[in-house]
Amino acid sequence: MVYRPINSLHAVLLAGTVPLFLGVLLADLAYSSTYEIQWKNFASWLLVGGLVFAGLTLLFAVIDLVRITPRTGRLIIYTVILLVLWVLGFINALVHASDAWASMPSALILAWIVALMAIAATWMGFSRAHAGVRE
Amino acid sequence: MKRLICAFVFCAFMAACGGRDPDAAQYGSAPPLPEPQKQLFPTMKIAEPAAWGGRKPVVPAGYSITAIATDLAIPRQTLILPNGDILVAEGRGGNAPKLTPKDVIAARIKAKGTSPVKGGNRLTLLRDADGDGTYEVKSTFAEDLNAPYGLALIGSQLFVANQDALVRFEYQEGLTRPSSAPVKVTDLPSALNHHWTKALTASADGRFLYVGIGSNSNITERGMTAEVDRAMVWQIDAQTGAHKPYATGLRNPTALTIHPVTGQLWAVVNERDEIGPNLVPDYLTSVQEGGFYGWPYSYWGKNVDTRVKPEDPQKVASALQPDYALGSHVAALGVAFSQPSMGARFAEGVFVGEHGSWNRGDPSGYKVVFVTFQNGRPVGEPIDFVTGFQADGKTFGRPVGVTVDPRGALIVADDLSNTIWRVTPVEAVASPDAATAAPPQ
Repeated sequence: MVYRPINSLHAVLLAGTVPLFLGVLLADLAYSSTYEIQWKNFASWLLVGGLVFAGLTLLFAVIDLVRITPRTGRLIIYTVILLVLWVLGFINALVHASDAWASMPSALILAWIVALMAIAATWMGFSRAHAGVRE
Repeated sequence: MKRLICAFVFCAFMAACGGRDPDAAQYGSAPPLPEPQKQLFPTMKIAEPAAWGGRKPVVPAGYSITAIATDLAIPRQTLILPNGDILVAEGRGGNAPKLTPKDVIAARIKAKGTSPVKGGNRLTLLRDADGDGTYEVKSTFAEDLNAPYGLALIGSQLFVANQDALVRFEYQEGLTRPSSAPVKVTDLPSALNHHWTKALTASADGRFLYVGIGSNSNITERGMTAEVDRAMVWQIDAQTGAHKPYATGLRNPTALTIHPVTGQLWAVVNERDEIGPNLVPDYLTSVQEGGFYGWPYSYWGKNVDTRVKPEDPQKVASALQPDYALGSHVAALGVAFSQPSMGARFAEGVFVGEHGSWNRGDPSGYKVVFVTFQNGRPVGEPIDFVTGFQADGKTFGRPVGVTVDPRGALIVADDLSNTIWRVTPVEAVASPDAATAAPPQ
């Protein structure tokens, strides 16, 4: 059994989702406790960045899913997490687009879910038992 | 889970594109107000501009309409001078930066529904010297202004409300071009200028000017500090330029006028968006000195808007209810009291120019309506006066400012087709007495 880490660009993109979606969460927490609108602006842009990174990561995961046989359960779960994360993140972007406090509390709830999913996906992506393992 | 999410996203799209928003008949002093809605996508129906071609706006039987000036550069408000000349303020203002991804996207979408022409930043003079209804002179009266909008004449002083300052020209009858540059009366709040238009009217005695200053956001999404000196009407001493807030909480007071008999200040105000097709009605109201009209904390009196944090229950408790609802999202941008020379049916009341909606599946506005007055108060439902700006899914024009020419004409500025329209009774009404005696239509 040969351990092959995931493609380095895939790795960079995947790792980037954590600080971005964590940033969304922290900025939303700051907005919800201070009502200072600039935190919401930060959250909105970090979310766009997160979606770009997560979207490209998802693309890599799908390519892996197609290329690598046999498809392991972990690879499938990893891809599904990225997909759900991206969809929820996109919905959160729409939620953030509603004016002022109209985005709350949905924005904060989604930010928590998406940040935790980004951490989970990254954990899986870099673990030794990941899809990149060739048997 | 995936299916659930797909269904969710699909519903959101359907809600955004979905068609029919029934007319809630939100007119008068007690409009029905539905519960606010949360929408993932704000409902949008952007006007699709098209040339008038052979068409013309539609006016009631007994009236005719002609285009007296075309190819203008975004005409907004007009002023009838004592000799019958018409001044047209042309321009496009606003310099609010795009702060969020939404700002970037929404600006692109909304721009599709407006004219691509560059704002003129000038005043154009139209003259019909022989009184035949053809305005044979169209010349530049003043240029290098900064998005001029409100216009008012007090004696020999012509006041122009630029988007950043109130300025004054010396004027005498027949003047076609002032010899000197304008003099600044006072600066006006201009930071960001999300709602940039500065509506203007003069008090009946000529001592004061009133300037309408719109909010810097839909509903405080640019932060509370951006709203200092916004969403209010200023009273300005015409000679000294000293100002004070005259009334506050008026989200976007886009046109002001004085009742010809009572001398009372009236305004049309554009209310907030993105809480549903039938919220919040734009309105026509008398403006009470010292009055607070709700924005941003509440709408139509004391209905709290939960999008605003921190809340201010004390302000909400003091909020006045406006006089007359015009309907949600109609975007009233012009108001003018009528005169008997307009004919008996439209002799007493106000004309209101409605630029038209974006935040509604079924468009509202896109017409000029007449609101009848009795004993100095608006009554009944608005009556369509100029329509036909939209047909077959296309939009040919969007009314802005309306002005009544005492000789018996309504002047309508159209900032989509860059046209000035003139509506006249087919048979001129000789005098107020004759107007009252005219048979009903």
